[in-house]
Amino acid sequence: MLELLSGFIVELRAAGLPVSLTENLDAMEAITHIPLEDRDAFKYALAATLVKNNSHWRAFETVFEVYFSLRGSEYSLGGGDELPEITDDDEIPLNPEAGGAGAGGGGEAMSPEQMAEMLFQAMRQGDDAMMRALARQAVTRFAGMEPGRPVGGTYYLYRTLRNLDLDGVLERLMEEAQQESPAPLTPLEERLERDEFESRIDRMKKEIEAEIRRRLVADRGVEAMAKTLRKPLPEDVDFMHANREELVSLRKAIYPLTRKLAVRLARKRRHGRKGPLDFRATVRQSLSYGGVPADPRFRYPRPSKPEIFVIADISGSVAAFARFTLQLVYAISGQFSRVRSFVFIDGLDEVTQYFEGVEDISVAIHRVNTEADVVWVDGHSDYGHAFEVFWEKYGREVGPKTTVLILGDARNNYHASQSWTIKEMRKKARHVYWLNPEPKAYWDTGDSIVSDYGAHTDGVYECRNLRQLEKFVDILE
Amino acid sequence: MDYRFESPAAVRTRLREVDYLSDEAIAGVVFLADRLGKPILVEGPAGTGKTQLAKSVAEILGARLIRLQCYEGLDESKALYEWNYKKQLLRIQAERNADSSWEDIETDIFSDEFLLTRPLLEAIRAEDPVVLLIDEVDRVEVETEALLLEILSDYQVSIPELGTIEARQIPMVFLTSNNTRELSEALKRRCLFLHIDYPEMDREKEIVLTRLPEISDSLADQVARIVRSIRQLELKKSPSVSETLDWAKTLLLLGVESITEAEAVETLNILLKYQSDIAKASKELQGDSGAKKPGVPRTS
Repeated sequence: MLELLSGFIVELRAAGLPVSLTENLDAMEAITHIPLEDRDAFKYALAATLVKNNSHWRAFETVFEVYFSLRGSEYSLGGGDELPEITDDDEIPLNPEAGGAGAGGGGEAMSPEQMAEMLFQAMRQGDDAMMRALARQAVTRFAGMEPGRPVGGTYYLYRTLRNLDLDGVLERLMEEAQQESPAPLTPLEERLERDEFESRIDRMKKEIEAEIRRRLVADRGVEAMAKTLRKPLPEDVDFMHANREELVSLRKAIYPLTRKLAVRLARKRRHGRKGPLDFRATVRQSLSYGGVPADPRFRYPRPSKPEIFVIADISGSVAAFARFTLQLVYAISGQFSRVRSFVFIDGLDEVTQYFEGVEDISVAIHRVNTEADVVWVDGHSDYGHAFEVFWEKYGREVGPKTTVLILGDARNNYHASQSWTIKEMRKKARHVYWLNPEPKAYWDTGDSIVSDYGAHTDGVYECRNLRQLEKFVDILE
Repeated sequence: MDYRFESPAAVRTRLREVDYLSDEAIAGVVFLADRLGKPILVEGPAGTGKTQLAKSVAEILGARLIRLQCYEGLDESKALYEWNYKKQLLRIQAERNADSSWEDIETDIFSDEFLLTRPLLEAIRAEDPVVLLIDEVDRVEVETEALLLEILSDYQVSIPELGTIEARQIPMVFLTSNNTRELSEALKRRCLFLHIDYPEMDREKEIVLTRLPEISDSLADQVARIVRSIRQLELKKSPSVSETLDWAKTLLLLGVESITEAEAVETLNILLKYQSDIAKASKELQGDSGAKKPGVPRTS
C-alpha cells in the first residue's frame, strides 16, 4: 500500500501538482483513519490532504482512477484474460430488465439491436447498475481492444461510442418523452427533459471511459497508463496547441483568474504607495499633540490609470492566444482608464467598438473574428504593413499615458519589418510590451523577427499559458 | 484523545439531523479533520453553504461558534489579543503613591487581567467545546495570513509578555475562502482542503425539501431541474443554493403548483443578479424549441 501510494504521489507531482512532504505525510495518516474498502472515502481523504486547488481536481481524479481503478470489489476485472467470463457475469444484472427480449442466452447471443434497446431502456430509467454493465458489454464488443497495442484510450472510446450512437438514443428518448406526455411538451419542459437525458448520457460516456481505462491499466500497467493520460493543468495548457477540450477548460479557468487579477491590481493601486505630504492636515493633526507634528498626514494617492492599446495578430497561428489575452484585458478593463484594441493580419482595423457596451466578451470576440477588416492583400501576416497603418492612423493618439501591448509571434512571412514604427511608438508611449505565444527557443527562427521589434520595446515576454499571462499582467501599470 | 465522530457516515447523518445535507466529500473531510486535528479550508462559489457548514457542525457538537470575520486591514489586535492599555494606565496611576517597585507593576499590568482576548485567542483558551470559524480568509492581505499560521498548526498563541498559551483542547477550525486570491502555500499546507461546489440535482432537490417542508415534491423537483439547466449556461454568476431556496420560497408564496415558462421568466430576477444573465437565461428557457444550445460547451 505504502509503495503504491508513494508511486501515486510521484505521479501527481509529475502531473504538475505541488505536493509537499507534509502533505504526503498527512495523506498517509489520513488513510489510516479511513476504512480502505470504502473507495470514495479513500479518494476524498487523499484529495483533502493532497489537492489544495480546485483546478487541479481533474488531474488528481485521472491519476487516482489509473492507480486505484483495479481496487475495490465491484471494479475487479477478475484477471486480464478472462474477459468472456465477465460478460457472462454481466448478464445477471441485465436479465431482469431485458425480460423477454431473448437475451438470456448470454452476452454473445445478444444482437446489436437488442443491445441498443437495452441501452435505451437503461437511459430512460437512469439505472446506474445497468449502465455500468452495458458499458462493459459495449467495450468488450465494440472497442476491439487488443492487448499490447500502443493506441490511446481515446481511440477505443471513439470506436465504442460510434457503435452505440448515443446521439440517436437521445433523439429517441426525446421522441418517447413527447409521445408519453398527455399534452405537447412546452419548450421549458422539453428542455428540462433533454437536460436530464443528456446528463444520463454523459454518465454513460464516463462509465465507458472508465471501463476502457480499467482495461488499459490491466493491460499495460499503472505507470505507463498514467504517463499517457497525463495532461497539463489548465494554467499550463499551451495556447497555441490547445485542443477543443483544453480550450473549454481554459475558458473556464480564465474567469476566476480575471477576478483575482482585478482584486490584486485594485489593491496594489490603493496600498502601493502613499501620496505626497498633506501639510494642512498634518498641522491640524499636530494640534492634538501640542503642536508637534507627530502624526504626518498624506494626501490620498491618485495614481493615474494607464490607457491600454492592444494590437493583436489574429491570423490562424496565434488567434487563440489573441483571444485569451483580449478577454483578459477587457475583463480587467476597470483597472485601466481606457482600453482600445486593434487587430491585424496584413491590414489593421480598430475593434474597440465591438467591446463597448457588450456584456459578454465572447460575443465581441466572435464579431472581431467575423467583421473586422484585417485583410489587405493575401491574408498572410504582415506585421510591417500593419504597424505602418497603425502609426499613420492612430499614432497621434498614443500619448505618455498609453501602454501598448503587441500580441503576436512576429512571423512576418519575410515582409519588411518596418520596426521604426515601434521605435517611434516607444518614444511617445509610456511602455511598449510585446507578448509572444511561441516558446522562447523558436524565437528568431525561420521568418520570426521578434528581436527586430523587441529591441525597441520595453520587454518581450513569452506568454504560452495562463500562468505566464497572469504573471505579465501583474507588472502592467 | 476522544474523537468526536465515529465514521464519515455518522457525520453525515448527524449533519442531516440539523438540516444540513452534506455529501460524501464534505462528511469525509469533516471526519478526517476531527481525526487528524487539522483545520479545514473550505472553498467554493458564494452561497453554497460554506459558512453554514461550520455553523451546523457547531450545532451538532453542541459547541460554541467563535467567528472571525476577515477583512482588509485586519490585524493582530483584532484577531488575536490586545492589551487593555486604559486599564493598565489606571493601574499605574493607582500605584503611584504606594511604594511598589517597577517590577511589581510590570508583572502586574502584563497579566491576564489586562488582556483583551480576540476571537483566535478566545478559541484557544476556551474550556468548553468550541468551533472556530475564520470567514473569508482570502480578504486579508498575504502578510496578515501569517498571523494564523501558528494557531493553525500548533493550536497555540505566543504573547511576548506572557509566554505561549496552548490550547486546552483542539477545536474544530473552519476557514472559508471565496477564492478572490490565491492563499499562501504555508496556509494551504496546514489545512485539509474541501471544495464545495454547486450540489448535484438530487441533492439540491433534497435541500429544497428540507429547508422548505411545505413545498411539494414535484415543485422541488422542477426547481432543481430548472436551476441545473441555468447553471449549464455560461453566466457571470450562476445561481447559488441560497438563491435557489429564495426562488423556491417565492414560487411557494405565489402559490405556483408547477412552473410554466412565463412564471419562470418573471421570477428569474431572484435567481440571477445580472441583467445580461437574466436576458440570456430567459431566452434560453423560452427556448428556440430548446433544440440546440449553441455556445454551451459540454465536457464529455
